[in-house]
Amino acid sequence: MLHLILFSVFAVIAVAGALNLLIQRHPISSALSLIVVMGSLAVEYLLLGAEFVAAIQVIIYAGAIMVLFVFVIMLLNAGVEARTKGSKVALILGFPAMLAGGLLVAWVLVRAPNVGSVNVGAMYGPPKAIGWLLFHDFLLPFEVTSVLVLIAILGSVVLASPVRSRFSRPQPEAEPHPAFKVAAGTEAAAQEQTISARRSS
Amino acid sequence: MVPLHYYLVLSAILFACGVTGFLIKRNIITIFMSIELMLNAVNLSFVAFAAHWQVLSGQVFVFFVMVVAAAETAVGLAIIIAVYRTRETLNVDQVNLLKL
Repeated sequence: MLHLILFSVFAVIAVAGALNLLIQRHPISSALSLIVVMGSLAVEYLLLGAEFVAAIQVIIYAGAIMVLFVFVIMLLNAGVEARTKGSKVALILGFPAMLAGGLLVAWVLVRAPNVGSVNVGAMYGPPKAIGWLLFHDFLLPFEVTSVLVLIAILGSVVLASPVRSRFSRPQPEAEPHPAFKVAAGTEAAAQEQTISARRSS
Repeated sequence: MVPLHYYLVLSAILFACGVTGFLIKRNIITIFMSIELMLNAVNLSFVAFAAHWQVLSGQVFVFFVMVVAAAETAVGLAIIIAVYRTRETLNVDQVNLLKL
């Protein structure tokens, strides 16, 4: 009973955070409500007995990824998003289609034979067992994952580096933005120059 | 004891919120956050099924999903910064060319 109450409370918090992400118009508010969703999902993982997943949910998602999001929002000085008029076809067809899809999913879930209930509270997933599984059965995917992370690091450094010549467009008459004048140099110096240029303008 | 389909329904609601945000939002960073929300919803159903069948592979899959999400976030935010450098906007309606 206690588990059901805890599940309901944190499920309501998660759904409220997700809806708040949709309603808010400023990206920083959306980011903060996404952090709320991730924190309550971490509690749901703890209720399911997945303590390792709960820990890395807090550390990686709420800690690393969302901090990266907040950094980028602050860096780009993102303001309130503009509203544009959607098409009428989306309004007329979208809501019935969404309703039909939701009803289909609910029907499948209700009609599913004997799905049973989750045995909550049994801490069955110790990190030791997960580590053994990760380095024994899933060793090859783990190594491929490390290559993927390496490629992602290289790609993000290349994409975000402020090299003028790669992104230049033939617009000789336009005075380039002060942020564009940053020549090739160290990334930290370039970012400092960008920030100071923004502040002075 | 919480029935399994409570978790699945919660996961479905969160996923639907993510899809809706992906479709209706106009800020490119918020669209990215909606993608993260969808990944989180899928993670919840992974963990719920892992707890139901008492198999740890589901949790290992959640680990892999998180790694892919982290890599995707790093590359995506770098692309957003590059787009902002050339166009000075974050509105996806004004970004209609792949060419930078």
